Amino acid sequence: MSATTAPVRLPVRRFGETARSDRWWIQPLVVVLALTTFLVYSGWAALQGDHYTFGPYLSPFYSPELLGTSPHNWFGPPPASWPSWLPFSPALLILPIPALFRLTCYYYRGAYYKAFWADPPSCAVGEPRSRYRGENSFPLVLQNIHRYVLFLSLAVLAVLFLDVWHALWFTDPVTGAVSFGVGVGTIVLAANCVLLSGYLLGCHSLRHVVGGCVDQVSRAPLGHRAYACVSCLNRRHMLWAWCSLFTVGFSDLYVRMCSMGVWQDFRIL
Amino acid sequence: MAESATFRIWRGDTAGGGFQDYTTSVSEGMVVLDAVHQIQAQQAGDLAVRWNCKAGKCGSCSAEVNGNPRLMCMTRLNQLDLSAPVTVEPMRAFPLVRDLVTDVSWNYRAKQGIRPFRARPAGADGTWRMAQVDAERVQEFRKCIECFLCQDVCHVLRDHRMFDDFAGPRHMVYAAALEMNPLDADDRVRDLRARHGIGYCNITKCCTKVCPEGITITDNAIIPLKERVVDRLYDPVTRLLRLLRGGGDV
Repeated sequence: MSATTAPVRLPVRRFGETARSDRWWIQPLVVVLALTTFLVYSGWAALQGDHYTFGPYLSPFYSPELLGTSPHNWFGPPPASWPSWLPFSPALLILPIPALFRLTCYYYRGAYYKAFWADPPSCAVGEPRSRYRGENSFPLVLQNIHRYVLFLSLAVLAVLFLDVWHALWFTDPVTGAVSFGVGVGTIVLAANCVLLSGYLLGCHSLRHVVGGCVDQVSRAPLGHRAYACVSCLNRRHMLWAWCSLFTVGFSDLYVRMCSMGVWQDFRIL
Repeated sequence: MAESATFRIWRGDTAGGGFQDYTTSVSEGMVVLDAVHQIQAQQAGDLAVRWNCKAGKCGSCSAEVNGNPRLMCMTRLNQLDLSAPVTVEPMRAFPLVRDLVTDVSWNYRAKQGIRPFRARPAGADGTWRMAQVDAERVQEFRKCIECFLCQDVCHVLRDHRMFDDFAGPRHMVYAAALEMNPLDADDRVRDLRARHGIGYCNITKCCTKVCPEGITITDNAIIPLKERVVDRLYDPVTRLLRLLRGGGDV
């Protein structure tokens, strides 16, 4: 055999080529199907501008309803000067915040780079492109806005908790009297808030802000505790991300179906 | 467990090569490295394989088993499907020496490019103290055995061959161990962006998956370093705060 020491590597694998014998393609396929389903549904639901409230319930896609015609609106109906050619839906004003949060989330970035860009399709599987710029330059360097979107998303989460509080107070349609109650919708909205909290409060950027940014977290006991809590949630960030994605979509679906009369909302209390 | 198994081992050197099948007897408790040694002893005396401790601590026997970067000494045969040939090939990211042996010396050169530990001034009592909680965070990174499986699986190095631009996950772990060390006074944040190419990592977490020491490379080393780079180089608010506080590197 030759004794040359020229740096020769085994050739780079072609797209999809691998020696892996497991079903590596299942995970990216599931990610593509799940994210595409959610994107199509949420896009459709956001553009409807209707059936987003039912009694005290407000769909999380539409909360906070800054401008709108439902009783949940904050600042009244959309202005009359709103251009007629531009479709209006209260969701379009607020949905970009959680959408951007998930788009720039460290977990989702890794997942959709693999699933949608095949960059790589899976670990140790050949890629379709030879050029690569990663997040080192435009446009993906913009992913670094994640921390700002986190703060906006935390504000939206606070409003969603307020919505759960509102979902505990039911108005009698006959007498107009308001009474405390718990419906299935209340449980759905509350579960959504809990899972969203697990997702947002386990964010990598939040972990950095509360303690990861310093080398001596021991100097700030409160920061150390916060860092430990966020780190604890962060260990299951992927699970929180998917569960909360499901519940936020299901919460909208539940309110929509109840509003359309397809599903019946049962009062538990 | 099957009594024998076929191992499809890559044989060759820089002039070329290919896979050759070897069938050998297997028994309970064997690992891939045992089978390779058995083949070397009985069928292929010139088969080149690097190994040392056989205990998953020296990081020498890194290879790709059924396409997955693994330590051969830590890959038990009962974890593999022995009804089909088990492929064993060298790490694809690094230059080939012969058979299963690759030249990983680039890693040592890249490591030298990272600023070494520089102790901060001693405390008032003339000693350096660190709290247990602060030590724990960097302790994880000290477990690295430099097997370079993370470097091998990282697509930036493996598929895009960006050895001049990206230091790779192993060196991100090394940089994190220094950068987060409470006793260290040096600053590597600008280097991480400009020289070590942290922006090229797109968080696929493949490095974390293959680490035989279970180091959470992406979540505990790379992403926290990325966040420090954002603090320093991208976030206008933290830059403004540093300016107002009279911080040096704005």
